[in-house]
Amino acid sequence: MSQLDLSELQSTEFPVPDELQGNLAITSISKLYNWSRRSSMWPLLFGLACCAIEMIGTAASRFDLSRFGMEVMRGSPRQSDLMIISGTVTKKMVVPIVRLYNQMPEPKYVMAMGACASGGGPFKEGYNVVSGIDKYLPVDVYVPGCPPTPQALLYGLIALQKKIDGQSLANMDDVPWYGVGPAEPTPIPVLGPDIIDPRQMDLIRRQAQMAVQGKQFAVGELPALPEKKAEPKKVEAKATAAPEVAADMDPVKAERMKKREEALARKRAREAAAEKGE
Amino acid sequence: MYGQGIAKGLWITFKHLVNTYVDDIRYAGRKYVSQDNFQVRQGPKSQGAYTVQYPDEKIAVPERFRFVPFRVDSDYDDPERPGQDWCTSCGICAKVCPPQCIWIVRGQDPNTGRPVPQPEAFFIDIDICMNCGYCAEFCPFDAIKMDHDYELASYDRTSRHIYDKPKLSKELRYWKTIAPTRAVEEMEARGGWDHKDVQKEKAKAEKAAAAQKAAPAAPVQTNGGAASPAAPAAEAPAADDAEKIKAERLAKREAALARKRARDAEENGGA
Amino acid sequence: MAIAVPQTTELDISQTIDWLKQKYPDAVHDDTRQGFGGVVVDKSMLVEVAQAIRDDLGFDYLSSATAVDYLGISDHMEMVYHAYRTTGGPALVFKAQTDREKAEIPSLVDVWLGADFQEREAYDLYGIQFSGHPNLKRILLWDGFNGYPMRKDWQEAYFEQEHKPFDSRWPGGWVHRAEEKNVYGKNVRYPDDIDLARLSDTSEATLYSGLGLGVDVQELESDGLQTDRLVVNLGPHHPSTHGVFRMIVSLNGETIETLEPVMGYLHRNHEKIGERNSFLHNIPFTDRLDYLSSMGNNFGYVLAVEQLLAQGARYQPPTYRAEVIRVLMAELTRIVNHLWSLGFLLNDLGAFFTPMLYANNEREKILDFFEATAGSRLMCNYMRFGGVFADLPERIHSVANLVNDKVRDYNTMEYLAQMITERLPRFLEEYGRLLVGNEILRERTINVGVLPHDLAIALSTCGPLLRGSGVAYDVRRADPYSIYPELDFDIPVGVNGDIYDRFMVRFQEIHESLRILKQLLPRLEQTKGEEVVTKVGHTPRVPVGEAYGRVENPKGELGFYVVSEGDEKGPQNPWRYHVRAPSFINLTALGPMCRGYKVADVVTVLGSIDIVLGETDR
Ligand code: SF4
Ligand code: SF4
Ligand code: SF4
Repeated sequence: MSQLDLSELQSTEFPVPDELQGNLAITSISKLYNWSRRSSMWPLLFGLACCAIEMIGTAASRFDLSRFGMEVMRGSPRQSDLMIISGTVTKKMVVPIVRLYNQMPEPKYVMAMGACASGGGPFKEGYNVVSGIDKYLPVDVYVPGCPPTPQALLYGLIALQKKIDGQSLANMDDVPWYGVGPAEPTPIPVLGPDIIDPRQMDLIRRQAQMAVQGKQFAVGELPALPEKKAEPKKVEAKATAAPEVAADMDPVKAERMKKREEALARKRAREAAAEKGE
Repeated sequence: MYGQGIAKGLWITFKHLVNTYVDDIRYAGRKYVSQDNFQVRQGPKSQGAYTVQYPDEKIAVPERFRFVPFRVDSDYDDPERPGQDWCTSCGICAKVCPPQCIWIVRGQDPNTGRPVPQPEAFFIDIDICMNCGYCAEFCPFDAIKMDHDYELASYDRTSRHIYDKPKLSKELRYWKTIAPTRAVEEMEARGGWDHKDVQKEKAKAEKAAAAQKAAPAAPVQTNGGAASPAAPAAEAPAADDAEKIKAERLAKREAALARKRARDAEENGGA
Repeated sequence: MAIAVPQTTELDISQTIDWLKQKYPDAVHDDTRQGFGGVVVDKSMLVEVAQAIRDDLGFDYLSSATAVDYLGISDHMEMVYHAYRTTGGPALVFKAQTDREKAEIPSLVDVWLGADFQEREAYDLYGIQFSGHPNLKRILLWDGFNGYPMRKDWQEAYFEQEHKPFDSRWPGGWVHRAEEKNVYGKNVRYPDDIDLARLSDTSEATLYSGLGLGVDVQELESDGLQTDRLVVNLGPHHPSTHGVFRMIVSLNGETIETLEPVMGYLHRNHEKIGERNSFLHNIPFTDRLDYLSSMGNNFGYVLAVEQLLAQGARYQPPTYRAEVIRVLMAELTRIVNHLWSLGFLLNDLGAFFTPMLYANNEREKILDFFEATAGSRLMCNYMRFGGVFADLPERIHSVANLVNDKVRDYNTMEYLAQMITERLPRFLEEYGRLLVGNEILRERTINVGVLPHDLAIALSTCGPLLRGSGVAYDVRRADPYSIYPELDFDIPVGVNGDIYDRFMVRFQEIHESLRILKQLLPRLEQTKGEEVVTKVGHTPRVPVGEAYGRVENPKGELGFYVVSEGDEKGPQNPWRYHVRAPSFINLTALGPMCRGYKVADVVTVLGSIDIVLGETDR
């Protein structure tokens, strides 16, 4: 993290996230924070299909996930940090998956293991198959292969750890969960005549209206998909963290938020000045 | 007596625990020096559990191992056809691929519009590929093979999971490295390290030459060793324009290497 | 029941058919289509004829019941039943036909309880109404799904072309992703008259209301002890359900009153895709059915297609060595699977991880052999029509292509011999000492989840579940294939039909598999050098007809019903490709087995069935 002035950090006016109130040595806290996050990543214990067998094989003694602090597979989403989508996601199953995802506490990560979870895999054309979990959830790491061997999976997990290592507490994009206000839960799909993503309701409605007139939107002339905007986790979280969304935020938090903005503005100004000086 | 079975079981678990360390002690220190530690402890004679310390040591995969396919090119410093594409775009792999994840654009002669035996573009969507190995099994020209590189995890699939021709192409030398025995077997079936069509041409040329003198035996090079560049397969045809040919080859090689460098740079840039 | 010919239960198939035709001259006719066999039964008489088939003729075991849609050929739908005698022998195939519109066929649940789930599946995917079925609702898809997807005129959202290979792949194959061509960017398509205002997810409500019980907690008196009656939902995300399987249990106190399995969470449309694939394309797809024993799945499928191929010209059956290798792989697979299932059964019992990890250690060693031979640890894709993919390698040896790769190199035959004659027997002996005498295991399993043997047959259960109930029915003996007739092995059976018996049957089966493997080793040595790679190319001409190939997979009888309608030049893909999945049909017995036991036993009973979801839901 950054060149934030230490004295500023110590000042009471600097906005410290709730969770870190009282921990004022933020200087290399990012490092410590990343280290602890990546070394105790507890996966959610659930397997979907064939890839799950390799996932269990990875957890077993020959490859041993516990070398990475990941052996504690938790049965409850509320105790886990990492969701390994290990196999084909079907339309019937994506509903519970999104629900489970919403129940996981931040910080949470999603890994798409295998061709099926990444993009539908060999079963992509099937009528009950979701072609890639990233259509519903933000995915951090994709591990190709059908199935990925245990070593390939470990490589993916290390890639995820690297990703975490590159994050910084100072950057709200990296740690959106310290943003103000509750994070928006991912809307849970509905099983209608086919699976319905609530984020696409508007589009479906318009399509249906067109269908009454015997027309259809062609793929090219799509009205902007609302889900496209919300797809990457970070962008979404940023939106919640932005002050203008938080109109009904409680005053203390709003106050803090304002201060943080000011601090950041000061920092930027200082940086700009420093650059000029050089 | 009640509890006997449980006690027995506990004794066995204890023995397992000890066994693991027995091997550890027996091979202590040798772990980083030689391979035989690994050979025994991963084999049928091992005792106890032995964990592969993955990023530090990796289990080498067997020759037939299949992951995502790759396409074979001649070596980039091949004296005759540097970096030449072995694929003739016959389309068989695209037909036998069960989930239909291979896309091939057949090359066309820009002048005549007739198909040429070179793919213009070649794609594999690795988000669909089921690693079944059919493409490699049924390709009549040994032009597509199953790769051993499984370390493919990425942060973004939309831009990185459709493999195109440059990304899929690897040198013949690479195939010789990862599957030495099979590469040799295939070479023997073809009759030489070159592409099947080249072999045919050569055989024809040799026949013609045989009219004048005894044909040299087909250059069979059984050395499947790693980095050995394919030996110059045929003697230089005629002495008088040897210089010219040499210059041409050099130019070709340079061009191929430049292409490769550009490709690498692109890869790294994209990474 | 006037005709009482003695020993009707011993007639062979053609005599049986004659007997049936004689008895029901109006209702039973030969199936005269080219390449087809068995009889067509008039649907109004179906139940009566079926009863005669079961009682008079002794075909007490309904193996498979599946629907076929002959749109464009004869424009009707058809249910195909394969019935067997548990004493052994070939199948009696009978069919019932119905119109595509208003498809309706009487249910056979009253005759064979095992028809229950299979008829529900046919209803779900083909829309055939089974009159008289007690619980006819969707099983793999959800209530409210639009249409009946397996019908030939139903198309998916990503539908591209009727048959593979697709024309867009070559020669002008500019790549695209299927979602790029879909308005929603997803694998969805909605009916034109979709009414979003009234849209609600009805599947859950139907599920619970169908159970005939409220979700509310009520207080009841039973034996003077106050217990609550409540409904508990287990799954689909539940650590002990072996995948995405769901059960809805109604309890009285801790005692189970009813149990309703809910599946379809891994329904990957295997059969629909399989009918678009060519015959060859399907082999790697079968790997993904029972992904713990892919070799066995390959075996069943190639057997079915080879039956068809054998009727055509220029087909060479596999060589002796190829057969030996196939059996070698099938038996190794059985060991792999049983090791896994024993380990996980113990996991379900609460013996967390130790037995599972020990078993997995041995399993990894066999997987190494698979990897060196077939190229992949799980998805072996090893068998081909008329042979196998490649001979066993000379050496199991790996090649380093990265700096820190660790190389191994063993002689294949030595490796196998060491595994089969030393390591696995030693391990089994130790594993037996670890588990068999364990008092906790015995108390949790003996007399729990009892399945009496007549019920086991009626429910069409198979594999260790059936044999645990004392029925010595094993396809390798009852309807032998490959080189099993010349091999010497026994069929372990249980006595009580409880969990412990199933556990022991699996345990013994590993021993028997090792016995078979020991007989195979000298055969492998003798046949060294024989060709095993098939001459059948990548687009075999499969003659018209139907075939049902079945093998004794580790989980039970795995059957493939394949119908070929291909003409000489047309697309070479199966018209119908149906998988008789042992895990799926074994689940019919889950409800009856759990009734009256405690809720803690549910996971154990499920573990003792040994299901795998890839096969259950397909
Ligand atoms: S990627 Fe392959 S192995 Fe993994 S779940 Fe999909 S089909 Fe199975
Ligand atoms: S089968 Fe081989 S030669 Fe033919 S298109 Fe495929 S890779 Fe090229
Ligand atoms: S490995 Fe199989 S699925 Fe993958 S590209 Fe080759 S043929 Fe297609």
